[in-house]
Amino acid sequence: MSFFENFGKYCLLVFRTFKQPGRNKFFREQFFRELEALGLGSIGIIAIISLFMGAVIAIQMAANIDNPLIPRETIGYATRESVFLEFSSTVVALILAGKVGSSIASEIGTMRVTEQIDALEIMGVNSASYLILPKITASLVINPVLTLMSMFLGIFGGYLACLLTGMLDAPSYLTGLLFEFRPFNVVYSIIKSIVFAFIITSISAYRGYYVEGGSREVGENSTKAVVKASIAILFWNLILTRILLL
Amino acid sequence: MIEIKGLYKRFADKDILTDVNLTFEEGKTNLIIGQSGSGKTVLMKCAVGLEIPSQGEILYSGRAFTHASLEEKMAIRKEIGMVFQGGALFDSMTVEENVAFPLRMFTDMAKSELEDRVNFCLNRVNLNQAHSKYPAEISGGMKKRVAIARAIALNPKYLFFDEPNSGLDPRTSLVIDALIQEITQEYKTVTIVNTHDMNSVLEIGDHIAFIFKGNVVWTGDSNSIIKAQVPEVRDFVFATPLMKKMFK
Repeated sequence: MSFFENFGKYCLLVFRTFKQPGRNKFFREQFFRELEALGLGSIGIIAIISLFMGAVIAIQMAANIDNPLIPRETIGYATRESVFLEFSSTVVALILAGKVGSSIASEIGTMRVTEQIDALEIMGVNSASYLILPKITASLVINPVLTLMSMFLGIFGGYLACLLTGMLDAPSYLTGLLFEFRPFNVVYSIIKSIVFAFIITSISAYRGYYVEGGSREVGENSTKAVVKASIAILFWNLILTRILLL
Repeated sequence: MIEIKGLYKRFADKDILTDVNLTFEEGKTNLIIGQSGSGKTVLMKCAVGLEIPSQGEILYSGRAFTHASLEEKMAIRKEIGMVFQGGALFDSMTVEENVAFPLRMFTDMAKSELEDRVNFCLNRVNLNQAHSKYPAEISGGMKKRVAIARAIALNPKYLFFDEPNSGLDPRTSLVIDALIQEITQEYKTVTIVNTHDMNSVLEIGDHIAFIFKGNVVWTGDSNSIIKAQVPEVRDFVFATPLMKKMFK
C-alpha cells in the first residue's frame, strides 16, 4: 500500500474516532483505565531514564567544559536547556512510542484478528471511537504530566551528579539552572509532548486496527507502529522546533 | 425477513459471489452450506455489513441495508445478534460483563434490572457457573454459549451464526444446535447459520441454501437435501462414509 493510501486510511480512521463518540459512562471508564495503563504504567521507566540521563548530561557538560573562560555554572545552564528543550519531550516520546505504541498496536490488533472489533461493529458500536478515543485523550492528558516529571527528575539527576562527583557545588549548579531561564521553553516542550502523544496513540492504533492475518501479523504491525511513530515524532519535532523557536 | 437481491462480490479480479438471491424468513433456521472457500463467510459478512457487496442489495424487513447511511446501518445493526466462529468474546471482560455489554451500551437499565437480564440470558444457554470467569478460563463450548447469550441480550430480530459447531465435540454441537433452534422459535428471529456440519444440516435446517463457487445452486430443507439431484450437493452431503452408509 502506498504512503498516500495509508495516510488517507489513517485520516479516515482519526475522523471516525472523533465523529461519533460512544456513551459517556463507557468513555469515562475506558479513559481512566487508559490513564492508568498508559500513564501510571510508564512513570517508573520515565523516572529512571530521566534521572540517569540528567546525571549523564551534567557529567558530559562538565567533561567538555575545560576552558577557564567558561564559567562552571554553564553546566547547570546546559543541563537545563538539554533536558527542557529536547530530552523530556522528544526522547521521552521516543521511549513511550516503544513502550505504549507497541502495546496499543498489539492490543487492538489482537482484537481485530479475534473478531472482537467485528463483534463491536455488528452490535452497532463505533469501534474506532470506543477503542481509540479513550487512548488518545488519556495520552494527551498524561503525556505533558510525564514530560514535566521528566524535566524535574532530569534536573535533579544533574544536581545529584554534581554533588556526588564533586565536579560542581550546589549553589553554582542552581545559579546555572536559573541563568536566562525562559518559561516559554517549558511551554514549547509541553506543546511537543501533546503533539507526540497524539502521534504515538493514533499511529499505533491505526497499525493495530487494520491488521490482517494472525499473531505474526499482529507482531509485525506492532513493530511497524513503533517505527512509524518514531519517524513521525522526529519529523514533527523538526517542524515544531522551526515554528515555535525561530 | 431478510432479502438478498442480485448480490455480487468481487475481490480484485476474482468473483466470490455471483448473482445471489435468497430470502430468509423469521422463526426459521436458515442454513447457508457449502464447501470451504465457496463464499459462505463472504455472503454472511456482506449480510451484516462487514464487507461491502460489489453489486446488489440486502433488505432487512424491507429496509435497504447495503446502501443505507452509517446511521441507518447502525440502527439496523442494533437489531442484529451475531455469534462468531471463535466466539469473539471481549477477553478483557468477564462472562457476565460480556453479556452485559450491549445492555449497558444501548439501554438505560438499572443495575438490578441489568443483572436480572444477564442472569436470564446465561440461564437460557444453560450457563450458571461461569459468571465471573474470563473467556480464557472457559471451554470452547462455553464460549459459544456465552456468545449466544450476548447475542440474544437485546432481543435481536436477526441472528447470525458463523460456523457455530467448529471445534466442538459432537455432543456439544448437538447442544448448540438445539439452542439455536429453540431460540429461533422462541423469539421468532430470522436466524442464519453458516455451516458445513452435516449434523446441523439434518437437525435444524428449516431452510437450506447450498453455495458452490459463489452461486446458490440448490435450496430446500433438511428432508429434501438427501434427495437432491444436484451433483455438487450430493458430493457434499455424501462426502463421509457414514452418510453414504446411512442414506445410499
